Amino acid sequence: MNLLGKLDWSAIPFDQPIIMGASGGMILGIGAVLSWVLLKGYVPYLWREWITSVDHKRIGVMYIVLALLMLLRGFSDAIMMRTQQAVAAGGAQGYLPPEHYDQIFTAHGTIMIFFVAMPLVIGLMNFVVPLQLGIRDVAFPTLNSVSMWLTASGILLINVSLFVGEFARTGWVAYPPLSELQFSPGVGVDYYLWSLQISGVGTLLTGINFVTTILKTRAPGMGYMRMPVFCWTALASNLMIVAVFPILTATFAMLLLDRYLGFHFFSIDAGGNAMMYVNLFWMWGHPEVYILVLPAFGVFSEVAATFSGKPLFGYRSMVAATMAICILSMMVWLHHFFTMGASANVNAIFGMASMIIGVPTGVKIFNWLFTMYGGRVRFTTPVLWTIGFMVTFVLGGLTGVLLAVPAVDWTVHNSMFLIAHFHHVIIPGVVFGAFAGYVYWFPKAFGFTLDERWGKAAFWCWFIGFHLAFMPLYVVGLMGMTRRLQHYDVLSWQPWLLVAEAGAVVIFAGIVCQIVQIVVSIRRREELRDLTGDPWNARTLEWSTASPPPAWNFAVLPNVAGRDAYWAQKKLGHATEATQARKYEPIEVPTNTATGFVNAFFAVVTGFALIWHIWWLAALGLLGALATFLLFAFRDEEEVEVPAKALAEFDRTHHAEVAP
Amino acid sequence: MRYPALSALLAGVMTLGGCSEGVLDPKGPIAAAERLIMFNSTAIMLAIVIPTMIATLGTAYWFRASNKRARYLPDFEYSGRLELLVWSIPIMTVILVGGVAWVSTYDLDPPKAIASAEKPVRIQVVALDWKWLFIYPDEGIAAVNQLTVPVGTPISFELTSAGVMNSFFVPQLAGQIYTMAGMATRLNLQADHTGTYRGMSANYSGAGFSDMHFNVEAVPAENYAAWVAATRGNGPVLDEQTYSTLAKPSQAVAPFSYRTVAPGLFSGIVRTAMQSGDPLCVTDIASERIER
Repeated sequence: MNLLGKLDWSAIPFDQPIIMGASGGMILGIGAVLSWVLLKGYVPYLWREWITSVDHKRIGVMYIVLALLMLLRGFSDAIMMRTQQAVAAGGAQGYLPPEHYDQIFTAHGTIMIFFVAMPLVIGLMNFVVPLQLGIRDVAFPTLNSVSMWLTASGILLINVSLFVGEFARTGWVAYPPLSELQFSPGVGVDYYLWSLQISGVGTLLTGINFVTTILKTRAPGMGYMRMPVFCWTALASNLMIVAVFPILTATFAMLLLDRYLGFHFFSIDAGGNAMMYVNLFWMWGHPEVYILVLPAFGVFSEVAATFSGKPLFGYRSMVAATMAICILSMMVWLHHFFTMGASANVNAIFGMASMIIGVPTGVKIFNWLFTMYGGRVRFTTPVLWTIGFMVTFVLGGLTGVLLAVPAVDWTVHNSMFLIAHFHHVIIPGVVFGAFAGYVYWFPKAFGFTLDERWGKAAFWCWFIGFHLAFMPLYVVGLMGMTRRLQHYDVLSWQPWLLVAEAGAVVIFAGIVCQIVQIVVSIRRREELRDLTGDPWNARTLEWSTASPPPAWNFAVLPNVAGRDAYWAQKKLGHATEATQARKYEPIEVPTNTATGFVNAFFAVVTGFALIWHIWWLAALGLLGALATFLLFAFRDEEEVEVPAKALAEFDRTHHAEVAP
Repeated sequence: MRYPALSALLAGVMTLGGCSEGVLDPKGPIAAAERLIMFNSTAIMLAIVIPTMIATLGTAYWFRASNKRARYLPDFEYSGRLELLVWSIPIMTVILVGGVAWVSTYDLDPPKAIASAEKPVRIQVVALDWKWLFIYPDEGIAAVNQLTVPVGTPISFELTSAGVMNSFFVPQLAGQIYTMAGMATRLNLQADHTGTYRGMSANYSGAGFSDMHFNVEAVPAENYAAWVAATRGNGPVLDEQTYSTLAKPSQAVAPFSYRTVAPGLFSGIVRTAMQSGDPLCVTDIASERIER
């Protein structure tokens, strides 16, 4: 018996210069950062203030850092794909052989959905929701840290697959029978499954945490109909997480049983049914789209109201639309495979259901429009992202409704048209939304605003690059180009794909602008410093505390009397008085804990061991995780007390001045 | 030219409209009907989407903070009439597009036979790693990676896969349909014009996927009869043995044909997919029913 399971030297792709170069670069980069941290003596600081932190704000920031790093990885995959398709026309094979190209598009989809979009929106929710609700933390702070570190475990595993072994060559949906052992005998699919299983547990825990937080721990007076819309969208999103992530986990568990223990859930023989997987996958997959996009809609709502200097138009419509989307999104999964050969009844019903989702989404667009109507719109970077989203998303929505018409879907399903469509909704929807939120809340997190000039440059690059990159894909899709082609023989597609490649380069310029923006902003932080805690003259409670907020967020919990609570306080001039007349009471804040980090370490060990069939190590990893949990469960000290004096002192030195 | 971007766009659209391939250039009644549905739905939605885009940009621009002429309404957050409008515009759009979608889903249901005086040609399609096998059960012949059909005659397909899922798609003739192991799907189409049309797998199926395309030769009826006769005259025989050789994975296979086909091969493929070496497994009843 081999102690290392399937693992040996052949797992390292020494013969693949591109992969070795990428892995080498990555390892050098990580090594450089780690040694810099070590040499500068930042380890204790990082350990104390970040790694073991259970503060929702710190966790939110770490989620977003993870997401932005993975955005670079996912984007590298994207530009490699675009380059391959730009050159591999006629008899040419391009520079990526199928076995490598197929891994790249699988990794691109998996990383962008699970490890960029998800941590971006979860990071924003983490940072913002407790502050907007006027509370001091989420319901389960340690669980929150565990969730974040489990996501990080998934990210680590998927990146290890670059260097040790391979990644799946199945497409990010990993449909069986292709993903079954019979057709994918390598470890690629196992890397896919285990990294998503581990991070999926983290996401589910986040869902439970935030549903509890929003339903049970709002500030005094913060009734449901007084919650900021971002909190509503976060609630809807987390309700969906709780409802559908277990489906994904169960589906992957069945596929794992097929692959590891010879079950026949989705195999082509012995009564297995691959279409069952396809159904289950999209029962998770379609709500997932709305899990991502609803919080982004929340961001747009906050941004539109703040920078128009007006309350959000049609708050109740907005809430109704959000919850309608939340429920409807779980009833439309079949539109991802109208081509399965289901009966006309089934196709017609699911087609109609899918279109109906367009109604609440359309309502939202109009409500943002009327929010700007009669306002004083300040064209800051977040507003640019918002308006860019609105004008782009309506067209992406149009092609979405088009795809919901079964007779049209049959002609463009799985084509480049589909690729263009979902990038047309996810990039303006989720990515623009997350960027708007990032610029909007950055000063709250760090106490200084981001450089506007580079921010606007980044927006224009993304906006123009997006259209250049994806509009041509609609065209080639209509010309009959299907997705995931490593090479093609139709020369008339090539000019369009060259334009798309140029678009990807422009988007890359946008990413460079964002990197420059953060560097420039940090260097100019004293100029950009915001001492008021409210740089945008905003409306919701997160702006009523200092920037960055203290660990306890609010020294005295705010009393909420209506919607846009902070705006109301400012209008009445109560904010300053309230601070002066404050009665401070000691606060208990949860202690730091290494539980999340240590648990994640064991999760990585277990995942890696299971992927490579190193059974003893998997058992050891599971035991380690159990021991970590027991140690946490039997800990002596859960909370530390912040004395009233310290609170008063903080308030005095960080007195948030209120703009008139 | 004053508007280089606009004229470039128009030129692009015109090239697209004039291109001799893809779903915008249908060569049969099904594809033509599907294109019409696409145009109708798009037109209905553009009627609301374009004004919305203009209104968004216009509102944002007019109510810019520096515009002193714009009225500031700091408390404007509700209007019952506007709310009614806001909900009814998308609802009406969806009702219109929904009607189009509902009717067309039944009209163009892939298994539905095409009404025609001509007797349909039956073709059985098997997706293999990574090539297409087309069996003509009534003629007793078969071809790989090349599909010859008579013009003006309905073609009735039965489709399955020997392993991985693929999708059978000829953009200029009809929408696609999945091919799945152990299951048989149906598709009807017709070519109204002679010509060569590109067909392909539209569902990624592994390493050889990019080369899994074929040409559809739509030929006049007499040429079709001649082709059938010629095919019967030469080429290998397709029986269980040659089929198992063919079923082995291979890429970019050049088209060829079989002069005879063992009867019942297609239903055999559908059925074997459901079985395995496992003695516990029995033949699936559902596929027997498909056979009948």
